[in-house]
Amino acid sequence: MRLLIALFAGALFGSGLFISGMTDTAKVTGWLDIFGNWDPTLAFVLGGAILPMFVAWRFTKGRAPLTAERFPTPSDAPVDRRLVIGSLMFGAGWGLSGLCPGPAMATLGYGGALHWLFFAAMLAGMLLAPMVQHRFFERDAD
Amino acid sequence: MIEIDWLWGLFGGLLIGCAAAIYLFGNGRIMGASGILGGLVDGSAKREWAERSAFIVGLVAAPMLLLPAFAEADTHINTNIAVLVAGGLLVGLGTRIANGCTSGHGVCGISRLSLRGILATVFYLLAGGITVLVFRHMLGVV
Repeated sequence: MRLLIALFAGALFGSGLFISGMTDTAKVTGWLDIFGNWDPTLAFVLGGAILPMFVAWRFTKGRAPLTAERFPTPSDAPVDRRLVIGSLMFGAGWGLSGLCPGPAMATLGYGGALHWLFFAAMLAGMLLAPMVQHRFFERDAD
Repeated sequence: MIEIDWLWGLFGGLLIGCAAAIYLFGNGRIMGASGILGGLVDGSAKREWAERSAFIVGLVAAPMLLLPAFAEADTHINTNIAVLVAGGLLVGLGTRIANGCTSGHGVCGISRLSLRGILATVFYLLAGGITVLVFRHMLGVV
């Protein structure tokens, strides 16, 4: 059951990314091009995605998920250097490539070799993350 | 095309939000692309590898199935290999250090009015905007 739900949610996520234009790197860098020829499309994507989830969070009160005991509790991690520096690094990579992790996977099936190259680099970054974290953010470790 | 781009964006965004809501109510999980993939990569999610893999299978397959219905599906990926590899490394590192990306912090975090989600989004948008400004308008490689 959990597998089917995950497969369906993944497919719906992928469809949404494809239809909305998030898989088109030109639209993404166009949206980040605030100081140039700004493309507002992604504001509608983000707004459209937040809307159902805003309603969903309100419905979680006093209920439980279908196949789990409880809903995830909000992270009690503080706003720290890791959140700020990590997000700045992610944003820089997003601006360079026009790809964030969801669309990076959604384009693998049809985007061609350059998308696999990006994906491989992203995996390498994910593998290196614990080491970088240990080296530079040790004092922040909880 | 610009006039209807925002409609596709809104529609696709709603699908993304619904996918996140289904994952939340079905499996009791936050739909964060970098977290789902990252947990598989660094082995921190041993017991959940099957449902994470199922999610990714759906995510990769859905755009391939939709492809024939759309005349234009060019991803306009940057052909500069150095830019792509640097972008991929930064996206992989940054999302794991900050513990989330556009879907986890952006869609799921903002809709929950989580301070961490909102601030992460501010920082990656800021970094993305500055990166496009510098690398497109000053260096001309994006």
